[in-house]
Amino acid sequence: MSAKNPEYDFKWCPGCGDFGVRRALEFALTARSQKHEKPMSTNVVVAGIGCSGNLVHLLEGEQPFGIHGIHGRTLPIAFGVKMARPELNVVVVAGDGDFLSIGAEHLGPQAQRNLDITCVIMDNGVYGLTKGQSSPTTSLGVKTSSTPFGKIEDSMKPLSHYLELGVSFIASHYSSKPKELASLIEQAMDHRGFSIVHVQSPCTTYNDTYELLKGNKAKGIEPMAVPVPDDYDPTDINQAADLLSRPTIPVGVVYKSTRPTMSDRYAQVLTGIKERTPESLMRPYAL
Amino acid sequence: MKSRDFVVRFAGEGGQGVVTSAEALARAAAQVGYHVYTFATFPSQILGGPTWTQVRISTNPVQSQGDSLDILVAFNRYAYDNHISELRPDGVVIYNSEEFDLGGESGRSFGMAVDQIAKEVNNARAANMVVIGGVAQLVDMPVKYLEDFVVKRFTRGRDEDAQIIESNIKALRAGAEVARKSGFQLGELEPPTPPKYDQLLIRGNEALALGATAAGLNFYVGYPISPATTILVWMENNLPGKGRFVHQVSSEIEAITAILGAGYAGARSMTATAGPGFSLMSEGLGLAWMAEIPLVVIDVQRGGPATGLPTKTEQSDLLSALHPAHGDVKLPVIAPGTVEECFEASIYALNWAERYQGPVIVLSEMALAERSQNIRKPDLGAVKSERRKVYTGSNGYQRYEARELSEMPLPGGPGAYVANGSEHDGMGDTTHLPERHIRGTERRFGKLNLLNDGHYEAEHASSPIVVLPWGGSKGPAREAFNLLREQGVDIGWLYTMFLHPMPPKLLEILRKKELVIVPELNYQGQFSSILRGDGIRAESIRQYSGLPFKANELAVRLKARIKQHQERKVPA
Repeated sequence: MSAKNPEYDFKWCPGCGDFGVRRALEFALTARSQKHEKPMSTNVVVAGIGCSGNLVHLLEGEQPFGIHGIHGRTLPIAFGVKMARPELNVVVVAGDGDFLSIGAEHLGPQAQRNLDITCVIMDNGVYGLTKGQSSPTTSLGVKTSSTPFGKIEDSMKPLSHYLELGVSFIASHYSSKPKELASLIEQAMDHRGFSIVHVQSPCTTYNDTYELLKGNKAKGIEPMAVPVPDDYDPTDINQAADLLSRPTIPVGVVYKSTRPTMSDRYAQVLTGIKERTPESLMRPYAL
Repeated sequence: MKSRDFVVRFAGEGGQGVVTSAEALARAAAQVGYHVYTFATFPSQILGGPTWTQVRISTNPVQSQGDSLDILVAFNRYAYDNHISELRPDGVVIYNSEEFDLGGESGRSFGMAVDQIAKEVNNARAANMVVIGGVAQLVDMPVKYLEDFVVKRFTRGRDEDAQIIESNIKALRAGAEVARKSGFQLGELEPPTPPKYDQLLIRGNEALALGATAAGLNFYVGYPISPATTILVWMENNLPGKGRFVHQVSSEIEAITAILGAGYAGARSMTATAGPGFSLMSEGLGLAWMAEIPLVVIDVQRGGPATGLPTKTEQSDLLSALHPAHGDVKLPVIAPGTVEECFEASIYALNWAERYQGPVIVLSEMALAERSQNIRKPDLGAVKSERRKVYTGSNGYQRYEARELSEMPLPGGPGAYVANGSEHDGMGDTTHLPERHIRGTERRFGKLNLLNDGHYEAEHASSPIVVLPWGGSKGPAREAFNLLREQGVDIGWLYTMFLHPMPPKLLEILRKKELVIVPELNYQGQFSSILRGDGIRAESIRQYSGLPFKANELAVRLKARIKQHQERKVPA
């Protein structure tokens, strides 16, 4: 949506973390377009369903292409776009409900394919748009409208899950620093392979975690979000596993590794086969 | 006695050569100009299990599997017990005497030590040739035809060719000799009249795949499921190339959404599945309709619901093909009725999807998918490949604003928009305004008018009563129709594979009929219920056994229905 659209009546709540993520994605897409001298239209943003998915309608300035599809299916849609048109830059924007609950089955296949796309995940630990139900990242014991007596499932650990599945680029941040976040998203887009930037994006209405993330000296609250150490080597999977075993939330690139992408491997297959024409395909059936 | 047509069924255990015998016989007969039609069912297990394939061979084009058997080749006792009831009274049984002995149990039978004979000609792999030689002898089909076939099949430019050809021919002759000694004879098959044009011997699923490829398919993903798996395997082997992507994905949900992404990005994309997978695709199909994205889904029907009958045939997915998704949706559906039409259906489906910018369903069925038939070799030069209207203007385009079809922007080009599954405004941004939903809904349904170019068949169409089969029931219905016309019954023939939208002229004709009889393989009479909704006096003749119609039985039921109708017309 390049200009104010009076018909589009969706609004994020004041202070929603998704504002910062949107800004960061705008910075990153613009920077990428300039750096690679490619028009904005070579970017495709595939959005999930939920508050975060509305980001695709709220982007300001020059517009990328967009798909706002069905709940949980951003990854396979992005897979289709990318494998049909490998030259496009494909970015998934989704929340913890869309990406990690209903859509969780699609993570493994993309990781195993090392599909060359970037996911920007807005994790607010709650289903906001449906007014405050528990999500996979809601903590154990937390009361929500759907867990009135406290959540009785453990919360999942998205970053460890990504690492275990073989995601080849994993970064983590929170939504309050769009410039820093933009840099991580840019790195993720430049990475050849399946990249996820997992962003803590607080829901000011149902799960306001700003204070926990940033800390509050006056109240003696230590920040949850802690930058990765200066000597941290994100290419070392053991260091990554060690980092993720801590109770804090890392800020920065958690893990990156290089291996052939889906497109690379498919291209490799093509070099070894003879292309068939419809005429030649009829031959085995000829009488 | 001269004969023009015979049916032989090979039945036994998976791995006993049931399928290879049937296929070799079909190919040999088709090669010399007979018309052939195979029909098979498979056990839903990897190895072994009861299996059977039948081959119908005729001097005329054949349109159904044949009602009763002239010859039963039983590879084991179980096969004999289970299939003997379908042998016609004067038919003959050939049984594998190494497995069991019928003795005097069945008057018209003789045993053959198949493997022993094959060993005697020094080719253990020629057992199927022994059987075929026996079958050919019974119907007095010149063994020379089969020998020519053997020469052609095994001439592969290798040193051992001559030895293999010789042993196979010996096997044929040895089999024929056993049959001759049995003293049985089933008439004398007339020589074939080879057609003047080139032919293919091909299965329904292969024809679907070939047609799609000819129409420029360049993106295929799928998930294994009977009886659609052979399309995935065919594509994996044959489609890959520059700008053409094929892959086995993790589920049918991934398949439908992946071809949606590809269709959005400009590809001609397709997947194939069967009932359970088709159910999983519901939501994705709704999105393709709502966001106006071209794609094709082939549903090779099997018995349902749930896991149902994975390896049997049924025509029970029509309602879900038309209305797979929640909300106001009615998808275009093309249901081929013959192997030849399978080739054409894929082409139409891909072109329709591009033309109206939305999803198109091809409805095939198990019996059609696995059937081999001789067809006229398609003329690739005549294949039309339509391309969607692509937007080439400047940015700021209102992709969904018009009340009818509009040009579609492609990523990388001008006119960036959001393909939105929520109701949307011109740019694709979400809206809840009543006026927008009214306009959007009318736009999506209105586009179906672009698909009115389907063709249909009409014969004796002035009759007040017509038969209107759909899909794979076309063949048996056609043979039943021919029988009834020969008997002087006043019945007309109407047929189309374009079930939605139907050719407008055909609808017009149908609305004027006193009675439209629809033979279909489902309990609810799905197609006739739709036709009644269109103001047509339609009724179904239903069967839901997992097996196709038999032409003679269908003729009897049609005749009874016509008689009942005429009696009702006479005032009491």
